[in-house]
Amino acid sequence: MDIAQIKKLIQLLNDNNLGELKIQEGDFKISIRHRDFAKTSGVASVVSAPAIAATSTPTASTETKKEEAVSGNFSTIKAPMIGTFYRSAGEGKEAFVKVGDKVKKGDVLCIIEAMKLFNEIQSEVSGKIVKVMVDNAQAVEYDQPLFLIEPN
Amino acid sequence: MFKKILIANRGEIALRIIRTCKEMNIKTVAVFSTADKTSMHVQQADESFCIGPPSSKDSYLKMDSILMAAEITKADAIHPGYGFLAENEIFARKCAEKNIKFIGPTPEQIHSMGDKITAKATMIKAKVPVIPGSEDLITDIVFGKKLAKEIGYPVILKATAGGGGKGMRIVWNEEEFQSNLENAQAEAGAAFGNAGMYLEKYIEEPRHIEVQVAGDQHGNAAHFSERDCSIQRRHQKLVEESPSPFVDDKLRKKLGEAATNAVKAINYEGVGTVEFLVDKHKNFYFMEMNTRIQVEHPVTEEVVGLDLIRLQIELAAGKKLEKSEYFPQACAIECRINAENPFDNFKPSPGKITNYQPSGGYGVRIDSHVYNGYIIPPFYDSMIAKLIVKASTRIEAIDRMKRALKEIKIDGIKTTIPFHLQLMDNKNFRDGNFTTKFLEDFELSEEE
Repeated sequence: MDIAQIKKLIQLLNDNNLGELKIQEGDFKISIRHRDFAKTSGVASVVSAPAIAATSTPTASTETKKEEAVSGNFSTIKAPMIGTFYRSAGEGKEAFVKVGDKVKKGDVLCIIEAMKLFNEIQSEVSGKIVKVMVDNAQAVEYDQPLFLIEPN
Repeated sequence: MFKKILIANRGEIALRIIRTCKEMNIKTVAVFSTADKTSMHVQQADESFCIGPPSSKDSYLKMDSILMAAEITKADAIHPGYGFLAENEIFARKCAEKNIKFIGPTPEQIHSMGDKITAKATMIKAKVPVIPGSEDLITDIVFGKKLAKEIGYPVILKATAGGGGKGMRIVWNEEEFQSNLENAQAEAGAAFGNAGMYLEKYIEEPRHIEVQVAGDQHGNAAHFSERDCSIQRRHQKLVEESPSPFVDDKLRKKLGEAATNAVKAINYEGVGTVEFLVDKHKNFYFMEMNTRIQVEHPVTEEVVGLDLIRLQIELAAGKKLEKSEYFPQACAIECRINAENPFDNFKPSPGKITNYQPSGGYGVRIDSHVYNGYIIPPFYDSMIAKLIVKASTRIEAIDRMKRALKEIKIDGIKTTIPFHLQLMDNKNFRDGNFTTKFLEDFELSEEE
């Protein structure tokens, strides 16, 4: 799917006052959500530019990063090495964790790949995933924040 | 020409390389440990990546992390600076495998000069004078004594796996040979896990005089004359100068020729330095070759008028050398300013620089990564600045260095500036009358 087609989908969403549009074509999945969709469940309002959440790899599904206020005591899971961050174990596989998931200390949260070696990154705390701070297939540096976890 | 160079180093040399890259319109990538987050080379680079925690082995020595950063940023070349991975043939090979140009010699050239015995054999073939000595390890006392007699006492026993002065013994006569060999073997075994010893003529009143060289990818070689680095403490250079006060035109030509032969013998690519020991009779002997850019390269830059980092990058990109000989057109001296207390056995003094005021003016150059408020991390070497002066005569250069040292202010930590000031006033130093033994007898006056 190329950018022209994605633009057509956005048009479709707007023209029909849709809140969310999900399309699956074989291994390719795309989800386009209107900016106001999360707040007003189901009721679409007219706005000028919707937020696009399209991904670069065909199998990863998208997720809106909620702009809720983050407060309280959170644990930040940081990258222990430089590499490429992956949400799942591979193409077609489910993401290890999503926002809202409960994790235990030692659970695998993601993979960081460097020089063709895949390293599983484990959680240092038990708790709930509050925020995913990087995108799938994004390059990360040492100590870069990856996940925000609300400890139990 | 390269579009983007990743600098696999830190501190003043990383900044030095970035500066030349900017002048050549080449984009730069800095890699840094968490301890170097606020370092100047990170601030000046176009892109930067944190590659690890403070310890060198987990950051600046971590080949995979550095190569990963190069991959992410699509750098087409890596400059290794000096130290760290600069002479690591495995790293050079990994760069080649990933099609990233390692700015330096080939892995094979690094290897051939890295092994002391191989290097010596290569030099003998190239007709470069070497220190007379054993071709192999000394395993037989009778053979050892015979060889020592042939070479002529005094001789020195050296550990093949050695460094830092360990596993070394000077033998002045045949009677002392056996006991010294046994002691040295024991020390080497304990320090390096390898008791192998070889034998060399002991050079009396040695001067450490090295020649800056370069080789291009078309078989051409050049030399840039010598630097005198005899002022050393525990085999660490503190002051370097060019030209050497001990070298006359005739010796300069001979040294240059020998160094050029060394480059040609291995088809060396890039810049490098051939180190010699020169005795009181002006005989010179090959010691080793450093297959990288060196700390003291600015001294040569100032006297021949050339940017050696620029030359390094150009040679790596395939440029041809324009000349084969460069002779000093001025006098230059460099003082390495370390964060150490010279009055407390040169104990390291990391911490925050509460006030930094550099020197300046005609003929003064400072290569440094420090700035006002910079916190010197305790994890790396203690050199914080190189103060280089240039003048038409040696005495003018010394007096200019004195002026600059008095002017420069680095408060909040201890530095070796007071030591350098006393050195500039020392009669033997001013007369050019010094060997590598100089600092052993040098007495530092009390702190004022």
